[in-house]
Amino acid sequence: MENRYELNKNLAQMLKGGVIMDVINSEQAIIAEKAGAVAVMALESVPADIRKNGGVARMSDPKMIKEIIASVSIPVMAKVRIGHFVEAQILESIGIDYIDESEVLTPADNVYHIDKASFNVPYVCGAKNLGEALRRIGEGASMIRTKGEAGTGNVVEAVKHMRTMNQEIRQLQNLPAEELMTYAKNLCAPYELVKYVAQNGKLPVVNFAAGGIATPADAALMMQLGCDGVFVGSGIFKSGNPEKRANAIVKAVTYFNDPKIIAEVSEDLGEAMVGINITNLDTSFSDRGW
Amino acid sequence: MLTIGILSLQGSVIEHIKVLQKIKNIKAVEIKYAHELGLIDGLIIPGGESTTISKLLKDFNIFDALKRRIEDGLPVWGTCAGLILLSKYINGEKSGHLEVMDINVKRNAYGSQINSFSTIYERIDDISNVPIPMVFIRAPYIISVGSDVKVLKLLDGKIVAARQKHMLATAFHPELTDNTAVHEYFISMVKESATCRF
Repeated sequence: MENRYELNKNLAQMLKGGVIMDVINSEQAIIAEKAGAVAVMALESVPADIRKNGGVARMSDPKMIKEIIASVSIPVMAKVRIGHFVEAQILESIGIDYIDESEVLTPADNVYHIDKASFNVPYVCGAKNLGEALRRIGEGASMIRTKGEAGTGNVVEAVKHMRTMNQEIRQLQNLPAEELMTYAKNLCAPYELVKYVAQNGKLPVVNFAAGGIATPADAALMMQLGCDGVFVGSGIFKSGNPEKRANAIVKAVTYFNDPKIIAEVSEDLGEAMVGINITNLDTSFSDRGW
Repeated sequence: MLTIGILSLQGSVIEHIKVLQKIKNIKAVEIKYAHELGLIDGLIIPGGESTTISKLLKDFNIFDALKRRIEDGLPVWGTCAGLILLSKYINGEKSGHLEVMDINVKRNAYGSQINSFSTIYERIDDISNVPIPMVFIRAPYIISVGSDVKVLKLLDGKIVAARQKHMLATAFHPELTDNTAVHEYFISMVKESATCRF
């Protein structure tokens, strides 16, 4: 099991510096792959539509996920509801490469998350601060992402989560050894993982940006804040020219420190997705997760 | 002092740099632009997604310059995605990417992530007389090689490491382990090539 967890963390390492795109069918998956995505997230409707439609959002139809797996050579991820381990068993059985236990879907359990360590397939989970990240890693997540408000086209929450995480990590690095246990207690995080972060100054797994990323500049912003890569959900296929925007975001993530290139790729992208002000949200996805 | 570049468009870049930093008299640099190819004695193409890296190579006009440099003798080593980029033939696809190494590769040859695996007891005799840990992540393997290519490692009958003159390809990821043997082997290739030049 220990070895399987290492292999799963390793796959996330291979995705670094890359963009993972939400797609709802194989046509979109092929567009994403051609645009240079390192992986795709297969789901029935993108977060912007989940928000609009309301109701209960669940795991996607396995048939549609299988079609996407068959249509591309890059890794395919899919979402399950928080705590819904049977949805996870289904995805594992059809050969998914990564499971996202996601707050974007309606939680199936309002107290507990999935025991991810009992699965062979790797998991990515959202986290808005260090404590949440370490709890998810403690449960077996081999990749973390910010929990920006998906489907809003508004990057402010993702920025907040990344800044919070960075601040907490810096704080932790300055603590003497005897203060770590109480810090772990206050964070509600496993002591061993707190010790790891104090010694290494980073999470033990890869950390991506997710939620509200709509432009190449948004993506580069998250990279400069220290993210290892970027998830783009509604931002691509809800925009005027998905292909071009997908291309541009891929380039901006690789050359995140080169404003000239980011300027070039930001030209003539057509309309970005319509943004939503976070204060006007009916449902805050990032409050889901325990 | 030798300078080893790591193609830094996507993938396991930092991992390679960290291993190289453990080896004496080696400077490891990230390569993101075509003009930087002139500054290095050898190049590592890391693991990652071959489709992504290939696309970025072309979009930023690095592709032709890199292909020319390799054909002119720049020592190069591809791990996983890097191996795919170097190979002349990709099973089931019309063309390869850089097409510099006379090997025929099968992508995702072992299946999805659930089939990723590692070994710790296997030896690669040309590289070291002690075992080298090998990590395979959605890995490819080499189906066949040209007459100029030396097979360095067979694992369960599949070719997972090969060398053609100044080009090295591994289906596994030495950058994901603490072991420096394959990196040191590549550096010895770079040194050989430097002696030839002067």
